[in-house]
Amino acid sequence: MCLGIPGQIVAITDEARMMAMADVSGVKREVSYAPVLTGDPADLVGQYALIHVGFAMALIDEDEAAKTLEALRDLGEAQEELEAMARTEEALQ
Amino acid sequence: MRYVEEFRDPKAAKVLLAEIEKVTNEIGATKEKPVHIMEICGGHTHAIFRYGLDRLTPEGIEFIHGPGCPVCVLPMSRVDECVEIAELENVIFTTFGDAMRVPGTRKSLLQAKADGADIRMVYSPLDALELARRNPDREVVFFGLGFETTTPSTALSIQQAAREGLNNFSIFCNHITVPEPIKALLDDPHMVLDGFVGPGHVSMVIGVHPYDFIAEDYGKPLVVAGFEPLDLLQSVLMVLRQIRDGRAEIENQYARIVPEHGNPVSIAAMADVYQRRPSFEWRGLGEIDASGLRIRDQYKAFDAEEKFGIGYAAGPRNVQEPEGCECGAVMTGRIKPTACPQFGKGCTPEMPLGALMVSSEGACAAYWQYGGRRAVEAAE
Repeated sequence: MCLGIPGQIVAITDEARMMAMADVSGVKREVSYAPVLTGDPADLVGQYALIHVGFAMALIDEDEAAKTLEALRDLGEAQEELEAMARTEEALQ
Repeated sequence: MRYVEEFRDPKAAKVLLAEIEKVTNEIGATKEKPVHIMEICGGHTHAIFRYGLDRLTPEGIEFIHGPGCPVCVLPMSRVDECVEIAELENVIFTTFGDAMRVPGTRKSLLQAKADGADIRMVYSPLDALELARRNPDREVVFFGLGFETTTPSTALSIQQAAREGLNNFSIFCNHITVPEPIKALLDDPHMVLDGFVGPGHVSMVIGVHPYDFIAEDYGKPLVVAGFEPLDLLQSVLMVLRQIRDGRAEIENQYARIVPEHGNPVSIAAMADVYQRRPSFEWRGLGEIDASGLRIRDQYKAFDAEEKFGIGYAAGPRNVQEPEGCECGAVMTGRIKPTACPQFGKGCTPEMPLGALMVSSEGACAAYWQYGGRRAVEAAE
């Protein structure tokens, strides 16, 4: 439950609400970048972050992101996380 | 996966395992007189079983599975309160999926949903915020549970709701903290603990210093660890070396993710929105001083307890755990999961009786799924 999943920040979507689009293993999901913002939000685009329950909690490098994702797949947690993200649309109806 | 050859880096794993064996021998630990190392985090419990680390490491190391699984330490009375709120007229109750199957006295959230309550599994409290925006005439409640890793997400969501004036959004706050139950376990004369493997993602938020008391006041080592098998082996080795050298320090094996002082934005958000409750109830551990959080008065409008008069503030509830369920004894390390009379009989992951069987991070579910060394021994 506390593992989170690595994703890449691909675009800032709403500066007022501190939201960005992240690519998590090919799944697109809007996340909050509030915890990792230190300067200009535009600098975050292209960076990798550990994403936990919809929040970018820490910036990580690309190599760490790949390793973490592999470890999560091993643990069967990656699938769980991606399914939870995918379920969201249904919940919002 | 119980063969070193299957690790991504078997060579590195073998080197670490050989060193772990050497230091265990230098300590003089044996199967009869083991060193007791508690991995606090449920994610670590899951990984230890998944990779068979409990079997690859020497018999002189005994892993004690700690209380760091938010779903597993949720008392039945909290589940009952969730159901009570969810069944109110006009409420949309939102929760992480993990909490859906935890048994309450009457029913689980899953059963309440089947009975017609509007309960929705969401990935993030941000989804609950979005639901509140889209449904201005409904009350949207989010079940905030989890440790310091998860707490900032609800704190930031409440701040956002306040900025937008989303008065139909509230959090049912059941957030808990890691250091306090560890202190309670260290104060328990029945617990034998020689060292700790600390939760990496909690420290990603709070840093390493909240654990200083473990070294300073109790003289025990703690190593903050990552989640890959090599991280865990490395951390166990660091704990063993401290024990061998008679040191007690807080070390950070996961420095690539964990800054010494944590994440300032998350810490500030938690401090702004939450304050400590005098005490909070944990399944199997009872009431623990200052271990739970509540929403500060300035954000009262977003506190489901205040809004509906249901929850911790409404007074104590004495709820008996289910008949024959030994979750409490397992949680404190007094017995192994296999010693519970219900293990694998009245309690399985498909039909859980107690919370430790609900989540893959619970010790019982991990035992059931992967069968630990000791589970095999017990059967012989």
